[in-house]
Amino acid sequence: MTSPTSSFDIRRPLGRFVLGGLAHVGRVSLLVFEIFRGLAEWRVWLPRTIEEAANIGLGSLPIILLVAGFAGAVTALQTGYQFTGNIPYYVAGSLIVESVVLELGPVLTGLILAGRIGARYAAELGTMRVTEQIDALETLGRSPASHLVIPRVLAGIVMIPILTIIANITGVLSGWIAVQQVMPVTNHDFEYGARIFWHPFDAWYSVIKGFAFAVCITVVSCYFGFSTEQGAEGVGKSTTSAVVASCVMILLLDTVLAKLLLK
Amino acid sequence: MIELHDVRKRFGQQVVLDGVDFTVQDGETVALLGPSGCGKSVLLKHVVGLIRQDAGTVVVDGMDVAHLKRDALRRLRSTIGYVFQNGALFDSMNVFENVRLGITNEDQFRDMDYCRERVARCLKLVNLTQDTAEKYPAQLSGGMRKRVGISRAIAGTPKYLLYDEPTSGLDPVNADIIDDLVKSLAAELGVTSVMVTHDVRGAMRVADRLALLTSGRIVQQGTPKEFMESTVPEVREFLERDFGNLNFAA
Repeated sequence: MTSPTSSFDIRRPLGRFVLGGLAHVGRVSLLVFEIFRGLAEWRVWLPRTIEEAANIGLGSLPIILLVAGFAGAVTALQTGYQFTGNIPYYVAGSLIVESVVLELGPVLTGLILAGRIGARYAAELGTMRVTEQIDALETLGRSPASHLVIPRVLAGIVMIPILTIIANITGVLSGWIAVQQVMPVTNHDFEYGARIFWHPFDAWYSVIKGFAFAVCITVVSCYFGFSTEQGAEGVGKSTTSAVVASCVMILLLDTVLAKLLLK
Repeated sequence: MIELHDVRKRFGQQVVLDGVDFTVQDGETVALLGPSGCGKSVLLKHVVGLIRQDAGTVVVDGMDVAHLKRDALRRLRSTIGYVFQNGALFDSMNVFENVRLGITNEDQFRDMDYCRERVARCLKLVNLTQDTAEKYPAQLSGGMRKRVGISRAIAGTPKYLLYDEPTSGLDPVNADIIDDLVKSLAAELGVTSVMVTHDVRGAMRVADRLALLTSGRIVQQGTPKEFMESTVPEVREFLERDFGNLNFAA
């Protein structure tokens, strides 16, 4: 057993880690509280939310289409590679649709947007923090939550589930086309396979995941942006932390939601 | 009136303010001097409630800033114009929108005619032309940014104006322009001004009273004349840095 007087005492870094984690949780909770309190100032956040939503939606669409298209196609090609023996061809349809809708569509969209939107939010707010723009808002008697956080969070909550749906449709369509290049699957087979294992809840599950990832990406990246300290280096650090934390949270949420909702 | 009594503040192990007593009377212009990193800006941020002291009291207009509720603090802040060191202008907004945000009365803020008129007047007060209103902060020079920052601070017709290093990073000509502006605004608007600076010459020209903050304490307060004649070693040392050998006090 390690004695407290030995050169390395594991309790010290562990304690610091736990306290640091709890401090983050506390500060995120305060930010969420500020978000709810700021919702009353709809005249401030509504126009900015619309602007931000257009920005997120249109700006992210090309990369979402590209990644979802390739993800669907690769799933189809790997399905073709693994199909041997007496497995009916229509199973390819169910496999591709379920893989894309339940997992690839929402998770890849989440991870891409954690990089694209999360990094942008953290860098923008971090720069505003170190250049005292957030302090300036406060001295003008205005709420930074209403002006800066709510529009970003709401825009994400509206647009990320929509982008997830678009990613799902793109992935399924590209998988449909690609699978016909490697296997003799007819349109009828694919459609039959897609329908046979389909539950209407699958679509809801995908959207719920998109919503959960949206909350996670936007709140986490705004939090790290707001907590930025010490100039350009601090902005870099908080941007990296925002992306890493968002990605880890997305994977955690993915597991938790699968366990809770898929029964 | 702004009153700080025995204000103490530390960041980690570093003691920044170590029992500061500092008072600014209504209508006064006070320059808070001190070397870089001595806590001048930290002190100023206490006045507007951006930083909370560890001990002591900060009282503005009879209100204890650290214990104000959210709405009361917001109301107090609407009476204080704060000019940040680098302007702290919002990059995504043009000059008009930046200055408009300084109009703290919500009814006036929503009245676009009032806003246009008020922004034009504030820009004129800081000697900026109307075409500046359409420009973005990135298109402005350092001196112009500071002037827009001042313009935003006065847009809400404040009672107090707090300047955080308004002349830092400016060439002597632009620094003089800003100093003149601080002086003329105090006279025209009748505001109480506190200017944090390490530029002694500028402070002497502008302020009714000076205070020197060093090692977390105010070591001397007084008129420019009293300051020049001071025998406090920290004051002599600080003034000599700017003026060289001090034999010109007379």
